[in-house]
Amino acid sequence: MAGEFESIERARERLGEVGYLADDSAALVSFLAGKLGKPVLVEGPAGVGKTELAKAVSRATGRRLIRLQCYEGLDEAKALYEWNYRKQLLRIQTEASGTGWEQVQEDIFGEEFLLPRPLLNAIAAAEPVVLLIDEIDKTDQEFEAMLLEVLSDFQISIPELGVVEARTQPLVLLTSNNSRELTEALKRRCLYLWLDYPDVERELEIVHLHAPELDQGIARKLVEVIHMVRQLDLKKPPSIAESIDWARALLLLGAEDVDRSVLEKTMSIIVKHRTDLDLVAERVGVKLGDGIVGTTRQAG
Amino acid sequence: MPPAPGPDGMAPRLLEFADELRREGVAVGTSELLDAFHALDAVSWTSRSDFHSALAATLAKSQEDRHVLDVLFERFFFRAVEREAIEQGLREERFSGGEELDLEALRERIREAVRAGSDGEMRDLARLAIAAFGRQGEGSGVIGVDVQRIRRTLGLKGENPNTELPDPDSVPRDRLQEFERHVRRELERQMIERTQSLPPAKPLREFDRALPTNPAQDLSQVHRVVAQMKKRLASHGREHRGRRRSWQVDMRRTMRASLQTGGVPLELKYRPKRPRRPELYVLCDVSTSVTSASVFFLSVLHALHDQFRKLRSFVFVERISEVTGVFERERSFEAVSRRIATDAGVADVSGYTDYGRVWVEFLDKVVEDLDPRSTVIVLGDARTNGREPHAPVFGHVAERAGHTFWINPEPRLYWNYGDSVMSSYEPFCDGVFECWTTKQLETFVNAIAELRIGA
Repeated sequence: MAGEFESIERARERLGEVGYLADDSAALVSFLAGKLGKPVLVEGPAGVGKTELAKAVSRATGRRLIRLQCYEGLDEAKALYEWNYRKQLLRIQTEASGTGWEQVQEDIFGEEFLLPRPLLNAIAAAEPVVLLIDEIDKTDQEFEAMLLEVLSDFQISIPELGVVEARTQPLVLLTSNNSRELTEALKRRCLYLWLDYPDVERELEIVHLHAPELDQGIARKLVEVIHMVRQLDLKKPPSIAESIDWARALLLLGAEDVDRSVLEKTMSIIVKHRTDLDLVAERVGVKLGDGIVGTTRQAG
Repeated sequence: MPPAPGPDGMAPRLLEFADELRREGVAVGTSELLDAFHALDAVSWTSRSDFHSALAATLAKSQEDRHVLDVLFERFFFRAVEREAIEQGLREERFSGGEELDLEALRERIREAVRAGSDGEMRDLARLAIAAFGRQGEGSGVIGVDVQRIRRTLGLKGENPNTELPDPDSVPRDRLQEFERHVRRELERQMIERTQSLPPAKPLREFDRALPTNPAQDLSQVHRVVAQMKKRLASHGREHRGRRRSWQVDMRRTMRASLQTGGVPLELKYRPKRPRRPELYVLCDVSTSVTSASVFFLSVLHALHDQFRKLRSFVFVERISEVTGVFERERSFEAVSRRIATDAGVADVSGYTDYGRVWVEFLDKVVEDLDPRSTVIVLGDARTNGREPHAPVFGHVAERAGHTFWINPEPRLYWNYGDSVMSSYEPFCDGVFECWTTKQLETFVNAIAELRIGA
């Protein structure tokens, strides 16, 4: 059923049904977002499932997902709307020469000649949607300022047309990798959610959800190794998606245990830098060889 | 004002809480407060974790703020409960009977509980521990001291992250901190009961409000700030967009754009001018007087090398030595600091900094390469140990370079006291900054970005 979540518990359940295991605060904030009609700013390290949360919310609420991927130099023409020059030109050419300027102007600045971009699409949608503004920290401050109108009043001013107001309240999620401090004004309009790497138990559930055939014992050891790897000073610590990939790879390989040789063969799935590879092989490989991690495996 | 959720008096309490947050530097505006009230309308305020998360989502808008809120939340609402208890005249049955406890067994049980991380059990055991060990002479009166004394008596040790093999007696560091928090709360509760008054709300100490970090995270923060700095320096020059005369028309993109207007090139597209690459010279003091800061400085240097290609770095004590090569060869921070410590050859005899000599040598080395496009950044405390500062030589360096900045790891208050000769170098710099945390590094980055625009 479409619509917002009824309670925190239901939010968690429904997100779980579509394959996203939300922790307490994620469930609470997704519930509040619908209830208060406020955008949510999601921050956290890369690969903890910020974008995935938006997708899950869209699946769980049955709303369409409109995604605006931010990058340096993103401007209004690509985010809000653009006039379809070519069509306007054609219109002017086909117009009988007798028509006055007033008439033509009215004609060519109509909705017909507007090319809606994600933000306008989200605002003007007939059905409520989920709007994902991904990696907002990649844009410049000017763009943020432009977003303020959209986020607080859910409307867009088009000089030639007037103000387009939202027909339905979109659910807005903004994600940021914290590579730049966002402006206070933007933060003030949002609810804040900090997503961090999950603890062992929750990550184990996530891995189990996505690779159910993997033996519980191996899965636990895998997650423990991932956590150990995240403790190291790496250029790019492994994300949740990478733990899932690794679990699937181990399944395909039919590995019976996560030991040193398996780690060294499949390490490239979780670590993506040459220097990181060396570090992991040296620090984690040694521990696995000594069987320190292996002791907890027998529990399963 | 919207109706306050929950019982009467909730609204004023929340406002008090917001006040306390503001005192700690969290920017809580009216709109955040209104959000918090709306959120509490929707969320059951009787569930502690929901209540907490709802406040956190609406009031704290960054990870740092979130951490401050967590700490204050603990303290504020715990105190609120205690105050209520005093007003109602409620007293707890004091737990006694510590004598009969088997201390060894208690130690073992606490260690187990801390390892298992069960919250309720830790709380109960914290009370037992206080009953057993806390009453020796009624404590010191300072809660922090008592907490540490009890921890030592219990023989609890945090795991040392640097050792490969865990000590069988040690427990995970964060769990231990949690246990200490329980002990602290219990002690505070007892003190409130004893004195019938709330202890004054003290501002959080720098230590408490700092996020739990390890050196690796600090390093990554420095890297983040330096990455920002690179962007700032690289985008320098974009401000001159107005000077269209020297721009070149990009034919391909103009033709492409003219398609939209029926082949009439209405809009000219220009070839973006490539911003020129900044040239950096970084000089880093690694003497003993800045030992604590030099790790920080080296990590700044390390981060700079990650970002800039036209960068030459030098370390100095008595003499100066170029270490650009070391940073280029070694990727990891540990390896770099080891190499610099062993074979940079910067200390001659005494091991004391000699700024004067350093300038003479530096000028000698790079005088040919310095030009107005280069930026010199000095990381040091300007303590010459009474030797000749050779300020004019430094002035000559600053004159040849386009910009000169000085970052000093000491608070401004200490400058020019003792053997610090900051004032003789300061006139030659475009900016001098005190800097020993990443936050201050950010201030520095912002400041030089502004200076460059003005220049």
